Amino acid sequence: MSTPRRHRVVERLLALVAWSAVIALALIFLFIAREGLPALWHGDVGALFAPRRWPGYDEAAFIWQPVGKPPKLNLVPLLVGSLKVTTLAMVAALPLGVGCAIWVAEIASPRVRAVVKPTIELLAALPSVVVGLFAALVLADVGRRLFGFTYRLNASIAAAGLVLAIVPIIFTVAEDALSSVPQRMREASFALGARRWQTTLFVVVPAAIPGLTAAAVLGFGRAIGETMIILMASGNASVLAPFDPFSSARTMTATIAAELGETVRGGEHWRVLFLLGVLLFVVTSVLNRLGAWATDRLARRLGREVSR
Amino acid sequence: MVLLVQRWAARFDEAHPTIAVEVSGGGSGTGLAALENGTADIASASRAIRPEERARIERARGARVEEHRVAIDAVAVYVHPSNPIEALSLDELRALYTGRARAWPSDGRAIVLYSRENSSGTYAYFKERVLHDADFAPEVQPLPGTAAVLYAVSRDRFGLGYGGVARPRAVRVVPLRVGDAIVAPTRQEAHAGRYPLARPLYLYTLEGARPSVARFVDWVRGPEGQALVEDQGFFPVGEAPIARRP
Amino acid sequence: MIARPSTGDRTLAIATGACIVLVLVMVAAIFGTLISWGGPALSLRFFTAAPTSDLAGGGILPAVLGTAMVTLIMTLAGVPVGVATAVWLVEYAPPGAHTTRIVRSAVRNLAAVPSIVFGLFGLGFFVLFVGRGLDGALGEAVPRFGRPSVLWAGLTLALLTLPVVIVTSEEALRSVPEAAREGALALGATRLQMVWHVVLPQATSGILTGLVLAVSRGAGEVAPLLFTGVANYQPALSVDPTAGFMHLGHHVYVLATQSPDIDATRPRLAATALVLVMLTFALNLIALVLRGRTRRPT
Repeated sequence: MSTPRRHRVVERLLALVAWSAVIALALIFLFIAREGLPALWHGDVGALFAPRRWPGYDEAAFIWQPVGKPPKLNLVPLLVGSLKVTTLAMVAALPLGVGCAIWVAEIASPRVRAVVKPTIELLAALPSVVVGLFAALVLADVGRRLFGFTYRLNASIAAAGLVLAIVPIIFTVAEDALSSVPQRMREASFALGARRWQTTLFVVVPAAIPGLTAAAVLGFGRAIGETMIILMASGNASVLAPFDPFSSARTMTATIAAELGETVRGGEHWRVLFLLGVLLFVVTSVLNRLGAWATDRLARRLGREVSR
Repeated sequence: MVLLVQRWAARFDEAHPTIAVEVSGGGSGTGLAALENGTADIASASRAIRPEERARIERARGARVEEHRVAIDAVAVYVHPSNPIEALSLDELRALYTGRARAWPSDGRAIVLYSRENSSGTYAYFKERVLHDADFAPEVQPLPGTAAVLYAVSRDRFGLGYGGVARPRAVRVVPLRVGDAIVAPTRQEAHAGRYPLARPLYLYTLEGARPSVARFVDWVRGPEGQALVEDQGFFPVGEAPIARRP
Repeated sequence: MIARPSTGDRTLAIATGACIVLVLVMVAAIFGTLISWGGPALSLRFFTAAPTSDLAGGGILPAVLGTAMVTLIMTLAGVPVGVATAVWLVEYAPPGAHTTRIVRSAVRNLAAVPSIVFGLFGLGFFVLFVGRGLDGALGEAVPRFGRPSVLWAGLTLALLTLPVVIVTSEEALRSVPEAAREGALALGATRLQMVWHVVLPQATSGILTGLVLAVSRGAGEVAPLLFTGVANYQPALSVDPTAGFMHLGHHVYVLATQSPDIDATRPRLAATALVLVMLTFALNLIALVLRGRTRRPT
């Protein structure tokens, strides 16, 4: 019969199309690696990661100044910058997000929850360019006026904006983890005479740790990949100051965004920018795997089947 | 310079509706790279093309690069309106931006240095002309555009910035100290060759490009285009001598 | 159950409630700022005019149209592929099989890739590889496809939003009750007929959720567009897919960093940002409502 054969063809096509995500992922890695990895063997690898005493400098330093005589392409200030801003943001966003999740999952009444939960999840709709705008135009002034920061645009201001971008993700996953904890665990705790807050903090939260870890990991991954907020609010200076939250920072993402336009295809600067892309890809992939592993553990711990 | 090009594009588009003009931003290096890659017909640049760039473009596109001077710009140094500093010499500027000096020469207060991103022609010009090709200090904050720098300085009483922008608002322009004289970035000073940071703005095209390209460039250098140059706050190309290097 | 809240309970409630308040206050601050700065600039002219070349006047029409164009291309390219993937995952994929796990893992991984990396890929693959290849094959002397354009930007966005479409479509398909499937099969339909005539129509609102969420991201994301096609300024509107385009999110960025007179530009800057935020919030609200309809049993 012709109909089933035609259908089988379509179904075969469907199976092929379903591999689109896999193909896309592979292509992305392939193409950015193709452009970026040669930076590791064509150019001066040592200069990418080790400090060097350049002419005109008093001592060896980690310098990122790709337009110069000679060009200096050390990645360390950028790696440190990314880590610094992301960590600062996580320090604020994780407690904030989890706190919101606890309130919504454990304390709010069902009617209030039905309103507040979607509201906070809706915050994910805020475009990061608008958050960056707010950070650069408002938060920077607040920082100067209230706290007397030397640098108006610095890592903390960028981190503050970043918090707004990652709290919705942390909230969603954390709230999901907390509300998935079976009610019988809470009831058992109450039966033993525990107060509500004791139950929440010592029974529910520990039970949801894998999900909360997943929330943290996902938030971290999102933060390290953010571009626009950093570009507008961090000052973008390639200083190496890992422990000063109030100095400026230059992240890998902002560097790519700011500099790729100038570079000529195939040059060393171009390759290094793509190498940064490879680094970002690898880091976020690893974090993503970690997050998935943590979510699986949560599901298994609570005895649920994870559909595969 | 991007704004000037946009205004040219808009006015030219009105006069010549059959020719489509599209302006992409990104700094002089971006435009020249696009010319080499073939994705642009005209590159606007606020610095002169480098010999190696010219060689690369001519090799890639198989045609000679034509340079057209289209306006004169003065790179101004600006500070917060409350900053009382009278003038700055090029040496002081260099000391500040390379990190050798770390505070305001007048009163030793903290200084926050703003710059343009390294894809900007203004950045390249400043680096060559003021820093003598030395590196910017790592603490210098490169912001992604004219407005960002101006805004940052206008809100920062410790701030110091530079830009090829005309008619900056909400900031105070600091004249330069040249020897014993104090020279402000005005048209007279630029045309007289006395302001050290006056530079030509260029359009780069390829020999043998299609006629619409030549028409655009001619129009820009003509009375209408130059009127826009003045209106934007730059100086018309005229016969202005550019300040000789000391 | 506990009758009277203890001090510990109250403390926890206050501490976590403060988190909620803080988050909401920050969002309110953003909205308040945008409305107070941008309100005066909102007018009919703002929506129907192009920006003046000095960026301090005019409106956002080309940015709105450009956004519409790029999200249209994104939708046409991405939604069919995403829905097809979801259909395969739900209706055909053998559960627990290696292939199924790989596809799922790839979808999750794709969702985690930073948006700027999509931009790098868009430039390196679409513009420079596919585009140049096309130019070579078609014998174009001046690059036509081998340059940033709304076409490549749209395809890049399609990749970026593929995971969203897949996940929401999958959710929609799974919400269709088994009974509907079994009924169709019992009546002699092939699997494909069952999917096309019975399952997909019932999953429409869920699939629309994915589409709406994708469009919302397409309007707000800026980083992936920077090198794949967006232009700072386009005096004449163009429908050429191989040309550049203006974009709402990018326009906010341009106004914030390129105009020389911040005080003159600020109202329009805030108004553009406000329009963008209202658009993405509205789209996400619609997605929320659609999702609610998906979850309810039919």
